[in-house]
Amino acid sequence: MASGPNAAFEDLATREYKYGFSTDVEVDAVPPGLDEDVVATISAKKHEPEWLRDWRLRAYRHWRKMTEPTWQNVSYAPIDYDGIVYYSAPRKRGDGPKSLDEVDPEVRRTFEKLGISLEEQKRLSGVAVDAVFDSVSVATTFKDKLAERGIIFCAFSEAVQTHPDLVRKYLGSVVPYTDNFFATLNSAVFSDGSFCYIPPGVRCPMELSTYFRINAANTGQFERTLIIAEPGSYVSYLEGCTAPMRDENQLHAAVVELVALEGAEIKYSTVQNWYPGDKDGKGGIYNFVTKRGKCAGRRAKISWTQVETGSAITWKYPSVILQGDDSVGEFYSVALTNNRQQADTGTKMIHIGRNTRSTILSKGISAGHGQNTYRGLVKIQKSARGARNYTQCDSLLIGDKCGAHTFPYIEVKNSTARMEHEASTSKIGEDQLFYCRQRGISTEDAVTMIVNGFCKQVFRELPMEFAVEAQKLLGVSLEGAVG
Amino acid sequence: MGATDGRQPLLEIIGLRVSVEGAEILRGIDLTVYPGEVHAIMGPNGSGKSTLAHVLAGREAFTVTGGSVRYAGRDLLAMSPEERACEGVFLAFQYPVEIPGVANKYFLRTAINAVRKHRGLAEIDVMDFLRLAREKAKQLDLDQALLDRAINEGFSGGEKKRNEILQMTLLEPRLAVLDETDSGLDIDALRIVAGGVNALRGPERAIVLVTHYQRLLDYIVPDQVHVLSDGRIVRSGDRALALELEERGYGWLDAAAGVRASG
Repeated sequence: MASGPNAAFEDLATREYKYGFSTDVEVDAVPPGLDEDVVATISAKKHEPEWLRDWRLRAYRHWRKMTEPTWQNVSYAPIDYDGIVYYSAPRKRGDGPKSLDEVDPEVRRTFEKLGISLEEQKRLSGVAVDAVFDSVSVATTFKDKLAERGIIFCAFSEAVQTHPDLVRKYLGSVVPYTDNFFATLNSAVFSDGSFCYIPPGVRCPMELSTYFRINAANTGQFERTLIIAEPGSYVSYLEGCTAPMRDENQLHAAVVELVALEGAEIKYSTVQNWYPGDKDGKGGIYNFVTKRGKCAGRRAKISWTQVETGSAITWKYPSVILQGDDSVGEFYSVALTNNRQQADTGTKMIHIGRNTRSTILSKGISAGHGQNTYRGLVKIQKSARGARNYTQCDSLLIGDKCGAHTFPYIEVKNSTARMEHEASTSKIGEDQLFYCRQRGISTEDAVTMIVNGFCKQVFRELPMEFAVEAQKLLGVSLEGAVG
Repeated sequence: MGATDGRQPLLEIIGLRVSVEGAEILRGIDLTVYPGEVHAIMGPNGSGKSTLAHVLAGREAFTVTGGSVRYAGRDLLAMSPEERACEGVFLAFQYPVEIPGVANKYFLRTAINAVRKHRGLAEIDVMDFLRLAREKAKQLDLDQALLDRAINEGFSGGEKKRNEILQMTLLEPRLAVLDETDSGLDIDALRIVAGGVNALRGPERAIVLVTHYQRLLDYIVPDQVHVLSDGRIVRSGDRALALELEERGYGWLDAAAGVRASG
């Protein structure tokens, strides 16, 4: 960077105003707890149209009547919903550490192991806010390039202002506000998120990523993403924060909706590394996320790839509704639980259209006291003539205090359907470890190598850069898993 | 035993006793190996040959209950398996394990770099490594496609053994222990493997061949042959001993049990 840190901070001070973040920051005073006033306040802060405020309020009223689900294979202390602050505005410059020296050394070591550059480290720790703002400008540059092709990629709240008709048409069309406890809560209080629209026949020329923007806007725990791919279009979307977050137990209830129209393809990749809590299970994120895509048209395709290594508890089932004939749904997943982490994750493939196909490939890794559950539903409806599903579900255990569980649900209402299900559970063998160590490779490196090998089929589905990051991340997440 | 002329032994085993799950497998082994030497350890199944090989490599399933092992002047038993490997101890496995999804070449390069790091050397250049690995694979008549495949996964028995020799060649150990590397090899493969081992022979290196059959020794001529029976070395001699064994079988030793060769 050409300018020194001081110059950068000065620069920032002026830019902060330029980007208009300050007003909200200054008036940010929503008290903890939730009622209709809070919902209305959030809506008002965002200058939302009436229909959206009413939608939020309907969601809120519905949520009051719901109870928190208990069927998932995880355990945690009850969440005090009245203790949560439902609107968290962008963090001010003064809140973060001022230099890298102030960042927890453990976090820095993690950064170094991840191979994240100094500049990047600053950005991820929220130190060099200039860099965060730089990222915004980077995103803006992209935005212009994308706009040339008619692609809209912006913050959700921005889309509400600039493209209200699109938002209104598709919001809640895949995950209705009545869907489930956490999605309904999100519908009432969502703070921001991403919006993406790909016009008919357009192939998005670059991978779209929430990475920069989320960092820049520092959006809260209730984000909402909506992606619409018009007929014949294609988009690859990356979502992730590969930096560990230093936080207390925090509820993170996001919603992602994807709509793929005729012949469109959406590839959605996630690398999730929220703060998992400490070795004894103190702190960490409750990652209770609803992700669903709809193949609304013929030959549409939606592909979810996720690498879940963070969070104290992960509860998510990225799903595909295969409505259009010949549409395709895919789910590739790596979920790793170490220490006291718990994950209950999988997918739902709902086959409605004819000759619809789905593939599920799940790799669960449990280490320490980690508990890892695969839960998947494959539903073949009566109309889904010629539907096919292939499910492969592998679990890898490291040590003898962890657990792997598999709950496959299969409902078939059409006899022409073809289903294949394969499952395996294995332990990292003493044989394998010894073989590696005899060649000079340390136990820790050997475990990482073996686990990466186990996950290879899923990593192959990730965009190149993400795959490299995911591999490094696994190594870091597995630290202390053996020996 | 061996030509001493003031040189230090590379490996010195004294009174080594080893148990596994309470059963004593090695009951007092003495063996001294000097740099440049090739020793063959022969013996019937269950005599403790493989146990000896694994104990030298540091397998934790075996409990050393007595004796000592010195390697290049250091207490070998106090070293972790990876430290031994980095210090130049190599074990060619009788049953090389499969590691799904981990490319053979990646594994090899990681191993080489681990050893290089230990020796204070920079990591090997990726292209240099590939060139070297391909060249050595070719010498061992090993299909180069196997470098790209997952370690040992779907390899034939002979391919696995040659892959072990490939690793040995690339890692250039000071002490190579080959655990029944000849088993399951046809005569052509045996010749290739022996060629690989012979190419490694040198004044600074020592090789310990664990084998059930004499036939390997037609190709790799040992300096000394030791016969292991019931956890003890019951005879030591030169190559003639191996030939005698082949002729008379291990049963002959039972008849001569109790007769401990002085070497």
